[in-house]
Amino acid sequence: MSAKPKVAFFDFACCEGCQLQVANMGEELLDILGVIDIVEFREVMSEKWNQKYDVAIIEGSITDSHAVERINKIREKSGVLIAYGSCATIGGVNGMKNNFPIEDIRKYVYGEDAKIYDTVPTRAVHQVVKVDYFVHGCPVYPPEFVKVLKCALMGVSYDVPDHAVCVECKLNENVCMYERGLTCLGPVTKAGCNSWCVNNGNICYGCRGMVTNPNEKGAQDVIARYSISMELILNKMNMYNKCRELDKK
Amino acid sequence: MTNRNVQINVEYLTRVEGHGNIVVNVREGRLEKCQLDIVESPRFFEGMLRGRSIFEAQHITSRICGICSCGHSLASIQAAEDAIGFTPSEQTLLLRRFLLHMEFLDSHVLHIYILVAPDILGVPSFVPLITTHNKVVRRALRLKKTYNNICDILVGRHVHPISAIVGGFTKLPREKDLDAMLDLLMWTRPDIEATIELARTLRFPEFQRETEYVGLVSDDVIYPLLSGDIGSSDGVRMEKHGYKQVTNEFTVPHSSAKHTRLSRDSYMVGALARFNMNYNKLHPKAKQTAEYLGLKPEVANPYLNTAAQLVECVHCLEEGIEILEEFKKKGIKYEEELAVGLNEKGVIPVKAGNGVGAVEVPRGVLFHNYEVDDKGIIQNANCIIPTNQNLNNIEHDMKKLVPEILNKTDEEITLALEMLVRAYDPCISCSTHFLNVRFVNR
Repeated sequence: MSAKPKVAFFDFACCEGCQLQVANMGEELLDILGVIDIVEFREVMSEKWNQKYDVAIIEGSITDSHAVERINKIREKSGVLIAYGSCATIGGVNGMKNNFPIEDIRKYVYGEDAKIYDTVPTRAVHQVVKVDYFVHGCPVYPPEFVKVLKCALMGVSYDVPDHAVCVECKLNENVCMYERGLTCLGPVTKAGCNSWCVNNGNICYGCRGMVTNPNEKGAQDVIARYSISMELILNKMNMYNKCRELDKK
Repeated sequence: MTNRNVQINVEYLTRVEGHGNIVVNVREGRLEKCQLDIVESPRFFEGMLRGRSIFEAQHITSRICGICSCGHSLASIQAAEDAIGFTPSEQTLLLRRFLLHMEFLDSHVLHIYILVAPDILGVPSFVPLITTHNKVVRRALRLKKTYNNICDILVGRHVHPISAIVGGFTKLPREKDLDAMLDLLMWTRPDIEATIELARTLRFPEFQRETEYVGLVSDDVIYPLLSGDIGSSDGVRMEKHGYKQVTNEFTVPHSSAKHTRLSRDSYMVGALARFNMNYNKLHPKAKQTAEYLGLKPEVANPYLNTAAQLVECVHCLEEGIEILEEFKKKGIKYEEELAVGLNEKGVIPVKAGNGVGAVEVPRGVLFHNYEVDDKGIIQNANCIIPTNQNLNNIEHDMKKLVPEILNKTDEEITLALEMLVRAYDPCISCSTHFLNVRFVNR
């Protein structure tokens, strides 16, 4: 038996795109595999592990009662638990479900068969069990994942950047989306993605979650200066951040 | 042997679209039960889209699936543009076609190497292969990474593309980007050739079942992936708005996932369906590859879907190179670069309508359908994914296969069933964990 830490990936309600970001690392992945033992990774492996996990990496949101049970079991068996990707860290796009009454949305999608689908309002992982590390993003930004994994393996903390995406965006010399007449969530969203979307000509959709101490006065100024409707901006925030309503105030 | 009892319960643990079970029950040599049940752990995408701007549809629906997020984006954009009455430019369409080609390469390579090869080489995953077949693993990861890098250049990233939107692209590749993509693509040629050599040494299980093949068809000479009518090998042809008459979704008592059928009991979509229907339109080098691998339409062995994927890899690689060379010659019209957001400035004219996107994605034809009001707000949405269309066909394959292999051991029967399901590359990428098989009462 090697003494390498045992790492496992688990997915809940999600698209599995964040797991795929690992496969997309290419040959670098082999370097990572040199220092850890991946003991479960359903997307690419059939192997199973029935002992304790040193590190459990959780992708996806908690959206049904079976998932609640399963995440609790994983938590019990895990030394360190990492919430991986927006669905896990903030509920992500799955949170939009909470914009509708459960019965209504269930019936819309599954009609007569709706009742057989067990579903509860979407929650982020930390809203169900204790989370030790957060890797935000939809999808995760691979360099940040490597950084967090290193911290988890060394047992030191990782501080998620808590300043706005605008900081990175300015360094990247992008033209401000508001100056181009568009509404962008960069000013209230946690940085750490290197302003990925704006670098590619799109707006920020807020996938990394909101900064804990947003500059409210600044945001109000921006909203007033560009005559943006409150409804528009709230609707936008609800695409990824609906579940924050469930955080304890 | 003929009086044998077999009870198989394959339970797989979730993924995006949920849980599935393979249940096989043979009593005294007679097949009593043989079904594939998929229960979607629902995420309610269609429900969530209601009330949102049509300009957000691509961003949201690409999150249905991380593996084919470019395919979902392209189907979503096509449906949205159809709904609001927008006609994309020729340049936009060609760039989208190129993007789809890269998606095929990326996805097919993942399936061939990481999901299928371990079965054939007799190991549970690619991990043991790192030691025994290091060069092969490195080649697989290198190919995957390279197609990803090309997508990064074109649309910001492969998983959830950023710059492909309703109307066109928010960022267009610069000349140096075209050069870089072309270099990367050319460099993969030797690795794809090595993959073909590897495929020639792999032995796929023997099994035959004729079925109806469904996919896009067209009257031009282009291998139809991004446009065309819906067609079938039984002679059906339907304009894309009639997609519901093709899929004919119906419920079955044992499964909560809807099944589909057209002219027969079931139909198949995906690489093998496309190969069988549109062989003549493949790139000449792809046809050569098919010949080299001994594939000639019509192929009725579903296990060979993986081989058909490799043929499509060659097609997408060669045509991808040609598209880039054409762009290098013609140049890119940068005035087409767009900033749309939620269309706050009304750069894209919007009218009420009902639009359909029908796009071939790696696993088969994908449909998105949106109904929008005159402000571009989504009223209704519907998505039918390829895997759902294949479920019924997989089940019919299993029903024919099991009686043919009853003389084999438990392990062999299980593996044959697992491999069959995997061959379809079901986009519950849980194809690797479909596979907790329990034999009871033996």
